Amino acid sequence: MQTSRTVEILVGVFMALGIAAFLMLAMKVSNISAFTESDVYELKARFDNIGGLKVRSPVRIGGVRIGRVADITYDDELLEAVVTLNITSDHNQIPSDSTASIYTAGLLGEQYISLEPGGAEEFYANGDVIEETQSAFVLERMVGKFLIQEADSGAEKNEK
Amino acid sequence: MLDWFQLLGQKGLRLFQRLGRATLFLLQVVICIPGLFRQPRLLVKELYSVGVLSFAIISISGLTVGMVLGLQMYNTLVDFGTEDSLGPVVALSLVRELGPVLTALLFSGRAGSALTAEIGLMKATDQLSVMEMMAVDPVRRVVTPRFVAGVISMPLLAAIFSAVGILGSYMVGVGMLGVDDGAFWSQMQDKVSLDADVINGVIKSIVFGIAAAWIAVFEGYDAVPTTEGVSRATTRTVVHTAFAVLGLDFILTAIMFGDY
Repeated sequence: MQTSRTVEILVGVFMALGIAAFLMLAMKVSNISAFTESDVYELKARFDNIGGLKVRSPVRIGGVRIGRVADITYDDELLEAVVTLNITSDHNQIPSDSTASIYTAGLLGEQYISLEPGGAEEFYANGDVIEETQSAFVLERMVGKFLIQEADSGAEKNEK
Repeated sequence: MLDWFQLLGQKGLRLFQRLGRATLFLLQVVICIPGLFRQPRLLVKELYSVGVLSFAIISISGLTVGMVLGLQMYNTLVDFGTEDSLGPVVALSLVRELGPVLTALLFSGRAGSALTAEIGLMKATDQLSVMEMMAVDPVRRVVTPRFVAGVISMPLLAAIFSAVGILGSYMVGVGMLGVDDGAFWSQMQDKVSLDADVINGVIKSIVFGIAAAWIAVFEGYDAVPTTEGVSRATTRTVVHTAFAVLGLDFILTAIMFGDY
């Protein structure tokens, strides 16, 4: 009977491990965010164009990750995208005139929000809105502008 | 010339006979499954020999496959400055393909061959006939618990393989090569979806589990009851499972991920 008991326990452990592995795949690997970061406060920022920014993209100050994008919605009245940022409470001393910009890591990498600290004495608190923002850098738009410039300068040269 | 056609016809007929017997055998096993719930002890014993004893090889293979994937993908991705997408690359290839397929191949080598040899030897030593004489149905008593244990174990083992593999690539990518910790997980969570990737991977591993367990118990039950016959049946189990799994994988991938 003793051997049968160990066998049953081992089978139980095996099944539990299998289910735990599946739960890890479901929770940690795929896009169910059951585990949210504890101790965060919210900031909001409005952008004309968020480019490829996604929920859970990182928020950085000086390259250091201090939070994540929690939510992205579109404001029909202001005709702007509203991005909600979750910042960890450890970093609750961001000056209230700081600016938010959307940058790309590398030329084709993921997009993130970079906060540039200002010089104000007061700090952002939960629910505040970041006033000064800079939209995402959209590569196609830049290439388009560059091509038009080239065409214009080429035309000027031909006229001369 | 005629001899050649005769040979071909003979081979073909034999193949279809075997397929027919295998299908009838599967039906017989499936009919016995409800009776198994009255004797869960049998199932637990088989789950131990099929599932628990395969755990070591599955987790070690998963870890090394994940580590190698992490290393190789990093070397390619770093040239484009996109080493942050190491996480999604590794997770997608493991969850969608490598997890179910490699687990099924390892499973047929570790557990399937053992099932075939066990049942084949029982047949060779007349244990199955003795059971029939004692009015114990060998399909119900011997085959069904092994088949069900294989079908249950496979998705669990495949999930363990994928999870351990992702941890292995995390160790190599984030621990050794310096990929950003947050980007590794956040990009992975962004690109891997639960229903399209994880659930489809589980469906794949269940289908592979049915195929591998079916082939293993049928080859054992259908083996020529001699020493040589059992050894041949064991070899056939591994070879046929590999063919079946790889073929099914292509079909399932075409159905699941084909249209986008």
